[in-house]
Amino acid sequence: MSNYLNILLYVQIGLSVVCMYRIIRGPTIPDRMVGADIFGILVVGICAIISIQTDRSFILDIGIAWIILSFIGTLTLAKYLTGKKLNE
Amino acid sequence: MIGLIFITIGVLFNLLGCIGIIRLPDTYNRLQAATKAVTLGCCSILLGVVFHFGFSDASTKALVAIPILFFASTVGAHALIRGTYHFGIKLGKKSVKDDYKEAVK
Repeated sequence: MSNYLNILLYVQIGLSVVCMYRIIRGPTIPDRMVGADIFGILVVGICAIISIQTDRSFILDIGIAWIILSFIGTLTLAKYLTGKKLNE
Repeated sequence: MIGLIFITIGVLFNLLGCIGIIRLPDTYNRLQAATKAVTLGCCSILLGVVFHFGFSDASTKALVAIPILFFASTVGAHALIRGTYHFGIKLGKKSVKDDYKEAVK
């Protein structure tokens, strides 16, 4: 069972590398932001699988904190894209 | 065992979303494909964690993480796509309909 979970973990890490490809290669600025947004969601799945493998529960806390920080970062970048100031 | 099934389904959905983020031709298409599939996949992985741990502290944390992930990713994607439209990115060549252009006037 641990071997099978290892395979799933490596697949998930490979998918986050695919998002890195979109961040590096993306032709416009919003493409890079899309890659960063999806990368932030994928890390939560990596944290969940690692928490099963190591049998510790605090790694899920890292996942929750990562979701919230990624959400705030995405909102800030979207506000930057509209060209207005942050308090408008 | 049922947890492993849910985690496998989640990784498959993530795989489909990342194929979409590579192959689709437009920023809007990429964001809609990737956000829907990847959000569902990661919620499925967390549900698999809940079933694997049973009734314990880890399963409670995973149950809390599911609605946070769902609402945060969808609201963030909506704000991001609105910002992309106002930034001036054109739609792809095969797109046929643009309703937001009349709404923004």
